[in-house]
Amino acid sequence: MRFKINGRTYRTNVRPNQTLLELLREDLGLTGTKHGCELGECGACTVLIGGKPRLSCLTLASEVRSFEIGTVEGLAPDCKLHVLQQAFAETGAVQCGYCTPGMLMSGLALLQTTSNPSEREIREALSGNICRCSGYNKIIEAVRLASLRKESTQHHLQIGESHSGQRSAPWSMDEEREHRMPKEFSVIGRPIPKVGVESKLTGQAKYTDDLSFPNMLYGKILRSTHSHAKIVSISKDRAMSLDGVRAIITAEDLPIKYGIMPTSEDERAFALRKVRYFGEPVAAVAADSPDIAQKALEYIDVKYEPLQSVNSIEEALSKNSASIHEDGECSNNIHKTVSLEFGDVEQGFKEADYTREDTFFYEGSNHVALEEHSAIASYGADGKLTEWSSTQVPHYLQRTLCKVLGLQASKVRVIVPEVGGGFGGKSDIFSHELVAAKLSMLCSQPVKITCTREEVFYLHRGRHPTLMRLKTGFKGDGRISALHLKALLDGGAYGSYGVATTYYVGALQTATYKIPNYKYEGLRVYTNKPPCGPKRGHGTPQPRFAIECQIDKASEDLGIDPVEIRRRNLVNPFSTSVNYLRITSCGLQECIEKVLSASEFQKKRGHLGQGNGIGFAVSSYISGAGLPIFWNNMPHSSAEVRIDRDGKATVYSMATDIGQGSDSVLSFIVAEALGLDVSDVSIVSADTDLTPVDLGSYSSRVTFMAGNAVLEAAKNVRELLFEVASREIGVPQSDLVSREGRIYFRDDPSKGIDWTQAVRKAESQFGALVGTGSYKPPNLAGPYKGSGVGPSPAYSFSACVAEVRCNSSTGHVEVKNVWLAHDLGRSINPLLAEGQIEGSVVMALGEALMEEHTFKDGMHKSPSMLGYKTPTPLEVPEIHPIIVESIDPEGPFGAKEVGQGPLLPVVPAIANAIHDALGIRIDQVPITPNKILTALTDKLKGGTGRVGPNSFPQVEFKEALKVDPPKIFS
Amino acid sequence: MMRLPTFEHKRPASLRQAFDLLKDSSEDSLLVAGGTDLYPNMKRRQCEPRTVISIARIRRLKRIIGNQNSGLEIGANTVLSDLGADPVVAKYYTVLSEAATQIASPQIRETGTIGGNLCQDTRCNYYDMSYEWRSGVNFCLKHGGNVCHVASGSKRCWAVFASDIAPACMAIGSRLRLASSRGERTMPARELYQNDGAAHLRKSKDEILTDLLLPPSDGLISTYLKLRRRDAIDFPILGVAAAVRLDSKGNCRYAKIVLGAIGSCPVQVAEAEQILLGKRLTQDTIESVATAAYRVAKPQDNTDLTFSYRKSMTKVYVSDALTKLAAKAEYS
Repeated sequence: MRFKINGRTYRTNVRPNQTLLELLREDLGLTGTKHGCELGECGACTVLIGGKPRLSCLTLASEVRSFEIGTVEGLAPDCKLHVLQQAFAETGAVQCGYCTPGMLMSGLALLQTTSNPSEREIREALSGNICRCSGYNKIIEAVRLASLRKESTQHHLQIGESHSGQRSAPWSMDEEREHRMPKEFSVIGRPIPKVGVESKLTGQAKYTDDLSFPNMLYGKILRSTHSHAKIVSISKDRAMSLDGVRAIITAEDLPIKYGIMPTSEDERAFALRKVRYFGEPVAAVAADSPDIAQKALEYIDVKYEPLQSVNSIEEALSKNSASIHEDGECSNNIHKTVSLEFGDVEQGFKEADYTREDTFFYEGSNHVALEEHSAIASYGADGKLTEWSSTQVPHYLQRTLCKVLGLQASKVRVIVPEVGGGFGGKSDIFSHELVAAKLSMLCSQPVKITCTREEVFYLHRGRHPTLMRLKTGFKGDGRISALHLKALLDGGAYGSYGVATTYYVGALQTATYKIPNYKYEGLRVYTNKPPCGPKRGHGTPQPRFAIECQIDKASEDLGIDPVEIRRRNLVNPFSTSVNYLRITSCGLQECIEKVLSASEFQKKRGHLGQGNGIGFAVSSYISGAGLPIFWNNMPHSSAEVRIDRDGKATVYSMATDIGQGSDSVLSFIVAEALGLDVSDVSIVSADTDLTPVDLGSYSSRVTFMAGNAVLEAAKNVRELLFEVASREIGVPQSDLVSREGRIYFRDDPSKGIDWTQAVRKAESQFGALVGTGSYKPPNLAGPYKGSGVGPSPAYSFSACVAEVRCNSSTGHVEVKNVWLAHDLGRSINPLLAEGQIEGSVVMALGEALMEEHTFKDGMHKSPSMLGYKTPTPLEVPEIHPIIVESIDPEGPFGAKEVGQGPLLPVVPAIANAIHDALGIRIDQVPITPNKILTALTDKLKGGTGRVGPNSFPQVEFKEALKVDPPKIFS
Repeated sequence: MMRLPTFEHKRPASLRQAFDLLKDSSEDSLLVAGGTDLYPNMKRRQCEPRTVISIARIRRLKRIIGNQNSGLEIGANTVLSDLGADPVVAKYYTVLSEAATQIASPQIRETGTIGGNLCQDTRCNYYDMSYEWRSGVNFCLKHGGNVCHVASGSKRCWAVFASDIAPACMAIGSRLRLASSRGERTMPARELYQNDGAAHLRKSKDEILTDLLLPPSDGLISTYLKLRRRDAIDFPILGVAAAVRLDSKGNCRYAKIVLGAIGSCPVQVAEAEQILLGKRLTQDTIESVATAAYRVAKPQDNTDLTFSYRKSMTKVYVSDALTKLAAKAEYS
């Protein structure tokens, strides 16, 4: 059959059941077109067919042979970015880049038919394309910018044609931005498009599933169809006899237990003897084709003996329930308990003039990174295993592969290709990663396993559903005298990061407010559901929701303005909290002032009219965990910077760019330190053979920790050049600066030496020019057991105002505006920072209003992108990101985190805005329309107008470890 | 990657060829037009036809002829985006245009057809799942099993018919043309459906829905409101199609309210006619109709959000729809 794609003719055979998506990606190698669901629910596979945007996953290849087909590869045939691609780059519309090809196609279709589209028209045109990173605002801005440029320059918009469009200045800046630009830097603080954006915009960027290798096999995992059952037998003979089946493995082939937390290694690659959740891996096949692998799974006969399924926190705690893990201390379904008391809570409550107690519930949610998890393993005759995986944690994956497969670290190489979003969902070790490796070792062939969207919902590791009882004592002036939080976490069937999560739920309250007496009791239970783990904010959004809603209620009861009551409790910069958190730089006050004035909160609150409301909340978050997961004295991040003869620099770091832009941040830091143009710095990242260890992209640690490591490496190599330069121009090294390709005397720039010249002289003197650097946080743990979670070398702070419009007859909530000010220390790159803020806002909006990772009788209720609701461009508000810089003394150039913290205050700000709009309190997210109506009805009948959990189970927490407050506690 | 099962793919160029193919293989074959409903179902192994007969190439089925005075004849292969963009439909048969423009996503509307939307499969939280998921809860009445997970003990399937186009068609009294090797027949749109989630189409397997026949507009005022969680991608969990014609005094001489996505077929609110005919669209009459609609709406707990919420929304949405029509009447 003949196909016309991007103006070229292709001749190939197609199978009747082959979709256009499969033809493009698998037969023609046009992997720029992505897939996120293959069921028509996400838009990632959008292509142009006869000029119309359509889904290649639902289109048979044979149906479109007479049409012109346009894919992302055709947009820039001569390597000059198309006007739309250029606009995406400049506005920061690309993060992980996985939705980008589909977005570009939908955007292009709009621009081809509509001149000067309105914002509404742009949103409508993109409404079938889900993005999880950006929050859509910058994508909408990009399409608008492209439409304006198209009008002015008559750009061609046909796919497959060469574009005469000149590449304008690599990036443009509006005046306001120019004004704010720090003059002492050349790179830092500038809105430079991210590193590698061109490859993501042209479809050249390779994600794991885009890769394939000669002689590669396709792996597929057979998953449990029971939520709790004994495995009576597994018969694989019939499947094994199928032509093209190369191996079938089960728990016996991978018996070694593992777990991301050394204290709870309770998982195996396959369920052994019993299954503990629906979707748990039971067996796996490697076969010559995906179809054969699928068929083989159907031929594996597993006999189960069902057991009672444990579906909720209450059920897990019931004495009559089945035990999910029989062994050891977890036989009562309790995975982890934490009981800590700082100061004297009882006394604190005695001293309170007003005390209130509330119960809150925060539903579980999934990350829904648009790229489905994928791994390819290749085991060579040299006994070396190479694995490509869409992971956030190559170092931990390497360690676990060694442990489970019995290999030396030198014989395992993990490479992370581009990653299509993570949000915490790729920071654990997954069965398919181990299984691909084992299958490859057995078959001596490369093996690829790519999960379906449904499988991603089963491997989960998302937000823990959390029930919270919160008691807070206030003085008459609103100051908190004591706070007691009890939390029950529904952990699912395995530990994952759950030990850390249980601590995190209690750890950071004191980093936002001064709490003189604080008690936390947390308990994580096992249930027969997919394991929960870390999702953006890891364990902290739940208590933030509770505390920020409760303080709003308290402000009403006490007659204190909701902003003022918070101001009276804010932590001080450079202070120590009652639980020994070391707070350093803190721009929370400034965040509050900025967000209030931008939103006109005080003027609007209570005055927006029936159904309209505005809400406020604040929060804080860590810039990296102060302690490593595996306790050791090693650096958390190491890096190298190498300078070549031609003067260019290459950064080596294991930090993993999952779309958040860490490759960019690290490159920009090095470019600034060396005084090079960003185009003269390249980066090799996330490859365990080539790059020194960085612990991974989790806990918002990369900018701070890997940033410090690469900065030190850059400075160290720069020293060699300065030594040479100093001698050449007769100026002490300490008076030299390196900027814009020269090394010169600070006080007289005419005295200097060309960078490349210095490099050559230095290399001839020292040999290879390599600088190394590493970062290890100061010892921040408090003097008590359990103090390992919470400390961070620096905290970020956020303040949020949300404005909503509620329909009191339907219960529908529209979030109209969100203002979010975030103290990130120093903005390394405002485009990336705003992107993190906007993406956090929309992920929070999903959790606040619609996302529910829920189960009925052990069955996932909505394991698809249609059933599980993530916001589309039509649900997102206008987002007003405000960057606040507190210049942290220990961060690289003063930078802290921005990837997770901005999510935290958004959920309670929305809940508080709904209260302002309707006078009701929804103490349970997501705030669905039914809950709004129930609360309104209750209020109408003279009730309190509250919907939320009404009881908290009787739980015997273990006796709290009492910890005296630090002496310097302020 | 979710993949399609194997099948034989036929692409007849004419209705006659299609009839022949249907005659040869009707037991194990399925018709497809855009495929946006069928292919996801096939990928989830909800059906595995041996033959898929695509009518996409039949040009005769892709046309819109006539005008508001004569009525419109819309070919079943007309894609939803073309229907939504048609100016005559938008102006004189607004309900249909509003229904079409709210379906799924722009990409699906460029592919999905009117015929496909009218003949789409019913949906259920226990049915639109993978083979493995369904085997986990035991297969249901809709496909290969003998239980209903929505109403245990039920002898019939309660899957929901979630077409947006069907209630819109019914509200304006459209007819449908079906053709087979045995000849053609036309029937009111409502007669295509019956209240059984496992067998909701009253159409024999060898028949092809060829055209949607809209009556002369004759002063039709109409609208479509759709309830769902997100304003894109999602199917309706309640659809309200409302149409009236007014006489010179502003009294209703025609009135129809049809509810979608709350049962296995569209539900016509019979009382609406009785209440409205000869009367004006006042707040009182609107309230009465909304209450009548609320009474006949019996959604089950098998879509997004709760059934009680969807039921209570029937009243709100019908009231909103009629209020909108009253405002339009005022304006025109």
